[in-house]
Amino acid sequence: MSFRSVIAVLGVLAVVGLLVFGLATKGSSGLEIGDPVPTAALPQLEGDGSRSLTDYRGRWVLVNFWASWCEPCRAEAPALEKFQRQHGGPGFAVLGIDTRDLSGDGQEFVREFGLSYPQLRDGDGGAAHDYGTSGVPETFLVDPKGKLRLHVPGPVDEQTLESSVEPLLPGGKS
Amino acid sequence: MRAAALLLAALALALLAPAAGAAEPASLTEIEKQVMCPVCGTLLQLAESPQAQRERVFINRLIDEGKSEEEIKDALVAEYGDEVLALPPDSGFSLSAYVVPIVALLVAAAALAIGVLRWRRAGGSDGDDGAARPAVPSERDSERLDADLARYDL
Repeated sequence: MSFRSVIAVLGVLAVVGLLVFGLATKGSSGLEIGDPVPTAALPQLEGDGSRSLTDYRGRWVLVNFWASWCEPCRAEAPALEKFQRQHGGPGFAVLGIDTRDLSGDGQEFVREFGLSYPQLRDGDGGAAHDYGTSGVPETFLVDPKGKLRLHVPGPVDEQTLESSVEPLLPGGKS
Repeated sequence: MRAAALLLAALALALLAPAAGAAEPASLTEIEKQVMCPVCGTLLQLAESPQAQRERVFINRLIDEGKSEEEIKDALVAEYGDEVLALPPDSGFSLSAYVVPIVALLVAAAALAIGVLRWRRAGGSDGDDGAARPAVPSERDSERLDADLARYDL
Protein backbone atom coordinates (compact mmCIF):
# COMPACT_ATOMS: atom_id res chain seq x y z
CA MET A 1 0.00 0.00 0.00
CA SER A 2 1.41 3.34 -1.03
CA PHE A 3 1.96 6.26 1.34
CA ARG A 4 -0.91 8.14 -0.28
CA SER A 5 -3.31 5.22 0.25
CA VAL A 6 -2.32 4.97 3.90
CA ILE A 7 -2.99 8.71 4.36
CA ALA A 8 -6.36 8.41 2.60
CA VAL A 9 -7.41 5.42 4.73
CA LEU A 10 -6.33 7.23 7.91
CA GLY A 11 -8.33 10.28 6.83
CA VAL A 12 -11.46 8.22 6.22
CA LEU A 13 -11.00 6.37 9.53
CA ALA A 14 -10.62 9.70 11.35
CA VAL A 15 -13.86 11.05 9.87
CA VAL A 16 -15.78 7.84 10.61
CA GLY A 17 -14.33 7.77 14.14
CA LEU A 18 -15.44 11.35 14.79
CA LEU A 19 -18.96 10.55 13.53
CA VAL A 20 -19.21 7.46 15.75
CA PHE A 21 -17.87 9.40 18.74
CA GLY A 22 -20.39 12.17 18.14
CA LEU A 23 -23.29 9.75 17.90
CA ALA A 24 -22.15 7.76 20.93
CA THR A 25 -21.74 10.81 23.15
CA LYS A 26 -24.77 12.79 22.03
CA GLY A 27 -27.25 10.02 21.49
CA SER A 28 -29.54 9.07 24.29
CA SER A 29 -29.71 5.29 24.38
CA GLY A 30 -32.68 4.87 26.71
CA LEU A 31 -33.03 2.00 29.14
CA GLU A 32 -35.09 -1.10 28.44
CA ILE A 33 -36.94 -3.06 31.10
CA GLY A 34 -34.45 -5.50 32.62
CA ASP A 35 -31.40 -3.35 31.86
CA PRO A 36 -29.05 -2.55 34.73
CA VAL A 37 -29.50 1.10 35.67
CA PRO A 38 -26.59 3.57 35.79
CA THR A 39 -24.90 3.70 39.18
CA ALA A 40 -22.69 6.80 38.98
CA ALA A 41 -22.45 8.62 42.31
CA LEU A 42 -24.17 12.02 42.55
CA PRO A 43 -23.79 14.74 45.17
CA GLN A 44 -26.58 15.13 47.69
CA LEU A 45 -28.82 18.12 47.07
CA GLU A 46 -28.31 19.31 50.61
CA GLY A 47 -25.18 18.77 52.67
CA ASP A 48 -21.92 17.16 51.69
CA GLY A 49 -21.25 13.73 50.35
CA SER A 50 -22.59 11.75 47.46
CA ARG A 51 -24.72 8.68 46.91
CA SER A 52 -25.10 6.07 44.25
CA LEU A 53 -27.82 3.60 43.42
CA THR A 54 -25.46 0.85 44.57
CA ASP A 55 -26.06 2.17 48.11
CA TYR A 56 -29.65 0.96 47.68
CA ARG A 57 -28.79 -2.53 46.42
CA GLY A 58 -31.16 -5.03 48.02
CA ARG A 59 -34.05 -2.52 48.09
CA TRP A 60 -36.62 -1.44 45.55
CA VAL A 61 -35.99 2.17 44.56
CA LEU A 62 -38.32 4.57 42.79
CA VAL A 63 -35.96 7.01 41.05
CA ASN A 64 -37.70 10.27 40.19
CA PHE A 65 -36.03 12.89 37.97
CA TRP A 66 -37.41 16.37 38.61
CA ALA A 67 -36.57 20.07 38.50
CA SER A 68 -37.96 23.01 40.42
CA TRP A 69 -38.82 24.94 37.23
CA CYS A 70 -40.96 22.06 35.94
CA GLU A 71 -44.69 22.51 36.62
CA PRO A 72 -45.64 18.79 36.27
CA CYS A 73 -42.93 18.03 38.85
CA ARG A 74 -44.71 20.31 41.29
CA ALA A 75 -47.96 18.49 40.57
CA GLU A 76 -46.52 15.01 41.26
CA ALA A 77 -44.37 15.83 44.31
CA PRO A 78 -47.14 15.37 46.93
CA ALA A 79 -48.07 11.95 45.51
CA LEU A 80 -44.45 10.78 45.66
CA GLU A 81 -44.09 12.01 49.24
CA LYS A 82 -47.30 10.21 50.24
CA PHE A 83 -46.10 7.00 48.55
CA GLN A 84 -42.76 7.24 50.38
CA ARG A 85 -44.55 7.67 53.73
CA GLN A 86 -46.79 4.67 53.02
CA HIS A 87 -44.17 2.29 51.63
CA GLY A 88 -40.72 3.62 52.57
CA GLY A 89 -38.65 1.31 54.73
CA PRO A 90 -35.93 -1.33 54.58
CA GLY A 91 -37.34 -2.80 51.38
CA PHE A 92 -38.27 0.31 49.44
CA ALA A 93 -37.31 3.98 49.01
CA VAL A 94 -38.12 6.89 46.76
CA LEU A 95 -35.02 8.69 45.51
CA GLY A 96 -35.29 12.13 43.94
CA ILE A 97 -32.77 13.42 41.42
CA ASP A 98 -32.90 17.18 40.82
CA THR A 99 -31.64 17.64 37.28
CA ARG A 100 -30.48 20.71 35.30
CA ASP A 101 -31.61 22.95 38.12
CA LEU A 102 -30.11 25.54 40.42
CA SER A 103 -29.27 23.91 43.74
CA GLY A 104 -30.89 26.75 45.73
CA ASP A 105 -34.13 26.45 43.77
CA GLY A 106 -34.06 22.67 44.23
CA GLN A 107 -33.59 22.96 47.99
CA GLU A 108 -36.47 25.42 48.17
CA PHE A 109 -38.67 22.97 46.24
CA VAL A 110 -37.86 20.18 48.71
CA ARG A 111 -38.77 22.41 51.66
CA GLU A 112 -41.93 23.73 49.97
CA PHE A 113 -43.31 20.22 49.46
CA GLY A 114 -41.84 18.78 52.67
CA LEU A 115 -40.13 15.96 50.78
CA SER A 116 -38.64 13.51 53.26
CA TYR A 117 -36.98 11.10 50.83
CA PRO A 118 -33.31 11.50 49.81
CA GLN A 119 -32.48 13.94 47.05
CA LEU A 120 -29.45 13.92 44.76
CA ARG A 121 -28.22 16.63 42.44
CA ASP A 122 -27.59 16.22 38.70
CA GLY A 123 -26.73 19.79 37.69
CA ASP A 124 -25.28 19.02 34.25
CA GLY A 125 -27.97 16.47 33.41
CA GLY A 126 -25.43 13.63 33.03
CA ALA A 127 -27.47 11.14 35.04
CA ALA A 128 -30.69 12.09 33.23
CA HIS A 129 -28.86 11.48 29.95
CA ASP A 130 -27.53 8.11 31.15
CA TYR A 131 -31.08 7.05 32.02
CA GLY A 132 -32.20 8.15 28.57
CA THR A 133 -34.75 10.66 29.81
CA SER A 134 -36.32 13.01 27.32
CA GLY A 135 -37.44 15.57 29.89
CA VAL A 136 -38.76 15.93 33.39
CA PRO A 137 -40.42 14.45 35.27
CA GLU A 138 -39.58 10.81 34.59
CA THR A 139 -39.73 7.96 37.06
CA PHE A 140 -37.93 4.60 37.10
CA LEU A 141 -38.59 1.64 39.39
CA VAL A 142 -35.37 -0.27 40.08
CA ASP A 143 -35.42 -3.75 41.61
CA PRO A 144 -33.12 -4.93 44.45
CA LYS A 145 -30.59 -6.25 41.89
CA GLY A 146 -30.30 -2.84 40.25
CA LYS A 147 -32.36 -3.69 37.16
CA LEU A 148 -35.05 -1.50 35.66
CA ARG A 149 -38.57 -2.84 36.24
CA LEU A 150 -40.78 0.10 35.27
CA HIS A 151 -40.40 3.42 33.46
CA VAL A 152 -42.99 6.19 33.66
CA PRO A 153 -42.26 9.15 31.38
CA GLY A 154 -44.18 12.20 32.52
CA PRO A 155 -45.75 12.89 35.88
CA VAL A 156 -46.99 10.17 38.20
CA ASP A 157 -50.06 10.50 40.38
CA GLU A 158 -51.44 8.46 43.27
CA GLN A 159 -53.41 6.24 40.91
CA THR A 160 -50.37 5.44 38.75
CA LEU A 161 -48.28 4.66 41.81
CA GLU A 162 -50.96 2.39 43.26
CA SER A 163 -51.73 0.58 40.02
CA SER A 164 -48.27 0.31 38.46
CA VAL A 165 -45.66 0.50 41.21
CA GLU A 166 -47.31 -0.95 44.30
CA PRO A 167 -48.10 -4.39 42.76
CA LEU A 168 -44.42 -4.89 41.95
CA LEU A 169 -43.24 -4.21 45.50
CA PRO A 170 -42.86 -7.04 48.03
CA GLY A 171 -46.20 -7.52 49.73
CA GLY A 172 -47.84 -5.16 47.25
CA LYS A 173 -51.41 -5.57 46.06
CA SER A 174 -51.57 -7.37 42.74
CA MET B 1 9.01 70.36 32.80
CA ARG B 2 5.33 70.87 32.01
CA ALA B 3 5.66 68.63 28.95
CA ALA B 4 7.20 65.88 31.05
CA ALA B 5 4.35 66.12 33.57
CA LEU B 6 1.78 65.91 30.77
CA LEU B 7 3.54 62.90 29.30
CA LEU B 8 3.57 61.16 32.68
CA ALA B 9 -0.14 61.90 33.16
CA ALA B 10 -0.94 60.50 29.70
CA LEU B 11 1.08 57.37 30.45
CA ALA B 12 -0.70 56.90 33.77
CA LEU B 13 -4.08 57.25 32.07
CA ALA B 14 -3.09 54.75 29.39
CA LEU B 15 -2.05 52.23 32.05
CA LEU B 16 -5.17 52.73 34.16
CA ALA B 17 -7.65 52.58 31.29
CA PRO B 18 -7.68 48.76 30.87
CA ALA B 19 -7.98 48.30 34.63
CA ALA B 20 -10.95 50.64 34.69
CA GLY B 21 -12.53 48.64 31.84
CA ALA B 22 -12.03 45.37 33.73
CA ALA B 23 -13.84 46.79 36.75
CA GLU B 24 -16.99 47.46 34.72
CA PRO B 25 -20.03 45.90 36.37
CA ALA B 26 -21.28 42.66 34.85
CA SER B 27 -24.38 42.93 32.70
CA LEU B 28 -27.10 40.35 32.07
CA THR B 29 -27.16 41.24 28.36
CA GLU B 30 -23.46 40.47 27.98
CA ILE B 31 -23.56 37.26 30.03
CA GLU B 32 -26.63 36.01 28.15
CA LYS B 33 -24.56 36.00 24.98
CA GLN B 34 -21.89 33.81 26.56
CA VAL B 35 -23.89 31.14 28.34
CA MET B 36 -26.40 28.50 27.34
CA CYS B 37 -29.82 27.53 28.56
CA PRO B 38 -28.88 23.87 29.33
CA VAL B 39 -32.41 22.56 28.90
CA CYS B 40 -33.16 24.39 25.63
CA GLY B 41 -29.69 23.83 24.10
CA THR B 42 -29.60 27.45 22.86
CA LEU B 43 -27.91 30.63 23.97
CA LEU B 44 -29.61 32.03 27.06
CA GLN B 45 -30.12 35.20 25.04
CA LEU B 46 -32.54 33.30 22.78
CA ALA B 47 -34.21 31.12 25.40
CA GLU B 48 -37.61 31.74 26.97
CA SER B 49 -38.16 28.50 28.91
CA PRO B 50 -38.93 28.47 32.64
CA GLN B 51 -35.41 27.15 33.27
CA ALA B 52 -33.96 30.09 31.32
CA GLN B 53 -35.99 32.53 33.42
CA ARG B 54 -34.61 30.95 36.61
CA GLU B 55 -31.09 31.22 35.18
CA ARG B 56 -31.61 34.94 34.49
CA VAL B 57 -32.88 35.50 38.04
CA PHE B 58 -29.78 33.73 39.35
CA ILE B 59 -27.47 35.89 37.19
CA ASN B 60 -29.25 39.10 38.22
CA ARG B 61 -28.91 38.16 41.88
CA LEU B 62 -25.15 37.68 41.48
CA ILE B 63 -24.90 40.99 39.58
CA ASP B 64 -26.69 42.70 42.48
CA GLU B 65 -24.15 41.10 44.83
CA GLY B 66 -21.41 42.83 42.82
CA LYS B 67 -19.94 39.68 41.25
CA SER B 68 -17.83 40.05 38.12
CA GLU B 69 -18.67 38.43 34.78
CA GLU B 70 -16.06 35.70 35.34
CA GLU B 71 -17.31 34.98 38.85
CA ILE B 72 -20.87 34.67 37.56
CA LYS B 73 -19.81 32.31 34.78
CA ASP B 74 -17.88 30.24 37.34
CA ALA B 75 -21.00 30.08 39.51
CA LEU B 76 -23.06 28.91 36.52
CA VAL B 77 -20.47 26.21 35.75
CA ALA B 78 -20.65 25.08 39.40
CA GLU B 79 -24.43 24.74 39.00
CA TYR B 80 -24.78 23.32 35.48
CA GLY B 81 -21.32 22.07 34.52
CA ASP B 82 -19.06 23.19 31.65
CA GLU B 83 -21.81 22.78 29.06
CA VAL B 84 -23.44 25.98 30.28
CA LEU B 85 -20.64 27.93 28.61
CA ALA B 86 -21.34 28.84 24.99
CA LEU B 87 -17.60 28.60 24.30
CA PRO B 88 -15.80 25.64 25.87
CA PRO B 89 -13.08 26.48 28.43
CA ASP B 90 -9.56 26.77 27.00
CA SER B 91 -8.10 24.09 29.26
CA GLY B 92 -8.10 20.32 29.62
CA PHE B 93 -9.85 18.24 26.97
CA SER B 94 -11.99 21.25 25.92
CA LEU B 95 -8.82 22.89 24.61
CA SER B 96 -9.08 20.49 21.68
CA ALA B 97 -12.10 22.49 20.45
CA TYR B 98 -9.68 25.32 19.69
CA VAL B 99 -6.57 23.33 18.75
CA VAL B 100 -8.07 20.70 16.45
CA PRO B 101 -9.46 23.11 13.80
CA ILE B 102 -6.12 24.98 13.64
CA VAL B 103 -4.13 21.74 13.37
CA ALA B 104 -6.57 20.43 10.75
CA LEU B 105 -6.19 23.63 8.73
CA LEU B 106 -2.38 23.43 8.92
CA VAL B 107 -2.38 19.75 7.93
CA ALA B 108 -4.73 20.47 5.00
CA ALA B 109 -2.54 23.39 3.85
CA ALA B 110 0.62 21.26 4.13
CA ALA B 111 -1.04 18.38 2.24
CA LEU B 112 -2.14 20.78 -0.50
CA ALA B 113 1.36 22.29 -0.76
CA ILE B 114 3.00 18.84 -0.91
CA GLY B 115 0.45 17.70 -3.50
CA VAL B 116 1.10 20.74 -5.72
CA LEU B 117 4.88 20.27 -5.44
CA ARG B 118 4.64 16.57 -6.35
CA TRP B 119 2.32 17.32 -9.24
CA ARG B 120 4.74 19.91 -10.62
CA ARG B 121 7.71 17.53 -10.21
CA ALA B 122 5.80 14.69 -11.84
CA GLY B 123 5.24 16.67 -15.01
CA GLY B 124 2.51 19.13 -14.30
CA SER B 125 4.73 21.53 -16.32
CA ASP B 126 7.31 21.13 -19.03
CA GLY B 127 10.26 22.27 -17.03
CA ASP B 128 11.82 25.62 -16.41
CA ASP B 129 9.56 27.69 -18.65
CA GLY B 130 6.46 26.48 -16.77
CA ALA B 131 4.53 25.91 -20.01
CA ALA B 132 2.11 22.99 -20.17
CA ARG B 133 3.50 19.91 -21.88
CA PRO B 134 1.52 19.03 -25.05
CA ALA B 135 -0.08 15.60 -24.97
CA VAL B 136 1.62 13.20 -27.41
CA PRO B 137 -0.61 10.32 -28.58
CA SER B 138 0.82 6.85 -28.63
CA GLU B 139 1.50 5.06 -31.91
CA ARG B 140 -1.62 2.98 -31.51
CA ASP B 141 -3.76 6.05 -30.79
CA SER B 142 -2.31 7.80 -33.85
CA GLU B 143 -3.25 4.84 -36.03
CA ARG B 144 -6.80 4.84 -34.67
CA LEU B 145 -7.07 8.58 -35.18
CA ASP B 146 -5.90 8.32 -38.77
CA ALA B 147 -8.36 5.50 -39.43
CA ASP B 148 -11.23 7.49 -37.96
CA LEU B 149 -10.33 10.60 -39.92
CA ALA B 150 -10.08 8.56 -43.10
CA ARG B 151 -13.55 7.21 -42.49
CA TYR B 152 -15.00 10.71 -42.38
CA ASP B 153 -12.81 12.12 -45.12
CA LEU B 154 -15.09 14.08 -47.48
